[in-house]
Amino acid sequence: MMNIAIATPEIFLLSTICLILLMDLFLGEACRMVTYLLSIVALLATALLVYSSMGGDKITGLHDMYVRDDLGGVLKISILLLTVGIFVYARKYLREQDLWQSEFFLLSLFSVLGMMVMSSANNLLVVYLGLELLALSMYVLVAFKRDDGRSTEAAMKYFVLGAVASGMLLYGISILYGLSGKLDIAGVAAYVSVQNVMQNIPLLFALVFMVAGIAFKFGAVPFHMWVPDVYQGAPTAVTMFLGSVPKLAALAMFLRVLAESMAVAQPGWGQMLLVFGLLSVFLGNLVAIAQFNLKRMLAYSTIAHMGFILLGALTGTTQGYGAALFYTITYALTAAGAFAVLILLSREGVEAETLDDIKGLNERNPWYAFIMMMLLFSMAGIPPTVGFYAKLSIIDAVMQAGYLWPAVFMVVLSVIGAFYYLRAIKMMYFDKPDNTAPIEAELDFTILLSVNGLLMVVLGIFPSVLMGICSAAVVASL
Amino acid sequence: MIPLSHFLIVAALLFSISVAGMFLNRKNVLILLMCIELMLLSVNLNFVAFSHYLGDMAGQVFVFFILTVAAAEAAIGLAILVVLFRNRRTINVQELDAMKG
Repeated sequence: MMNIAIATPEIFLLSTICLILLMDLFLGEACRMVTYLLSIVALLATALLVYSSMGGDKITGLHDMYVRDDLGGVLKISILLLTVGIFVYARKYLREQDLWQSEFFLLSLFSVLGMMVMSSANNLLVVYLGLELLALSMYVLVAFKRDDGRSTEAAMKYFVLGAVASGMLLYGISILYGLSGKLDIAGVAAYVSVQNVMQNIPLLFALVFMVAGIAFKFGAVPFHMWVPDVYQGAPTAVTMFLGSVPKLAALAMFLRVLAESMAVAQPGWGQMLLVFGLLSVFLGNLVAIAQFNLKRMLAYSTIAHMGFILLGALTGTTQGYGAALFYTITYALTAAGAFAVLILLSREGVEAETLDDIKGLNERNPWYAFIMMMLLFSMAGIPPTVGFYAKLSIIDAVMQAGYLWPAVFMVVLSVIGAFYYLRAIKMMYFDKPDNTAPIEAELDFTILLSVNGLLMVVLGIFPSVLMGICSAAVVASL
Repeated sequence: MIPLSHFLIVAALLFSISVAGMFLNRKNVLILLMCIELMLLSVNLNFVAFSHYLGDMAGQVFVFFILTVAAAEAAIGLAILVVLFRNRRTINVQELDAMKG
């Protein structure tokens, strides 16, 4: 049944992007600010449209290709608002590094569109198309600094591994299609629900490929090889975007493809993800200790955080899904803030990316050092920041689902992981700065970064509102 | 009438060749791009075979989308390759090691 209205936010965003694309062509170099402002307005207006459509029942439309539900709504609003923040942060960086071009905003907008499509997909074809729209824009964004060898090398690695991952996912989907004869989520779910999953070898075969594809998008071990190189090689503004928002899209893909259509197969994919999740937590936290490049350290810390999200999600319970959603949203916020501090420390032509660059930040500017400390505390999971509550809720869900020793393992590795966050904090507060130049930023950047840092504490003390929204969305939609 | 299993075996072989090509190839990035294309084509073969035997058009429609996306992907991949060659003067896989750790 056609019901175009359910895709109104996406259609609006697509038309606006095309409009901005055309306008930018005529406005040219001098009026880049207009493109920037229009992009932000487009994102905010889309978020408003998504918000106004929320709260109703789950509706499918466009020949059952598309679905509108609260889960999609929460994911989309988080994606859109985070992107607005990232655009504001990125402006300083792009100006200073001579990358002030409209392509950054337009490609980011296209990838946001892809993520929105993934969040609302009700058909494996639509999941794939959203994923590719996201991935193709991302490959180009990583290569954005086109005269820099590291940036293009990172893009090449990302491209090759990303294409292999979508190939794997597609191969799994094709086998699943052959078995069930269906591509829509409900049809696949109906097929899987009458199978004895652990005895059905072809179904497990398809599942392995699909789980591999999804694990790649998360950047979970053993599909993590691209993460450190891409984080390091990409321009910091792109790393900030790549390291925060697409994690929500990866979770959306997990929830649509595995949780919604193959809920009965949880013993199958749960086992695989358990291994991936534990390996990610282990390897991410241990290797991060050996890193002196801050971007690379954050990349390994991302791998560890993705392990946490996967472990929460693999429980197959609504509590676990809710905790994973909460974790992903708050982690994306934290990561965006941490990269924003890196942007803050960068200067004309010089990128701040090693641990030495944050030395003595407290002497240079105590307020920014405090914000960075809150962000790092949140990543380490130290109360009263939100990272603590997010980790707690994940571990609670994992234990409720009966996985006792993985929970113990996660706690131990979190303690080990706290080391490298605390080392960074120690360098900020107790070391002498190499560079005593004052840190300058425009007012909107400062305000946004302060809000971002303080949100870590506010959400940590009052997590129930966001947690309530996440749980309600999951309960209403899955 | 060719049985379905023959198509699936050919597709699985093509898929394996493409994965093996990716891991065995230590020289040229172009070969990696070819392997990616081969991988997507093997998936297409799967879809078409299933679609025919199930009597369901959805699989063939999926193939059109994959072909389109593969074209876009190849365009972007080659563009990145050109930029890479301009910066590095090499497209040897083993020399793409500027970042370590």
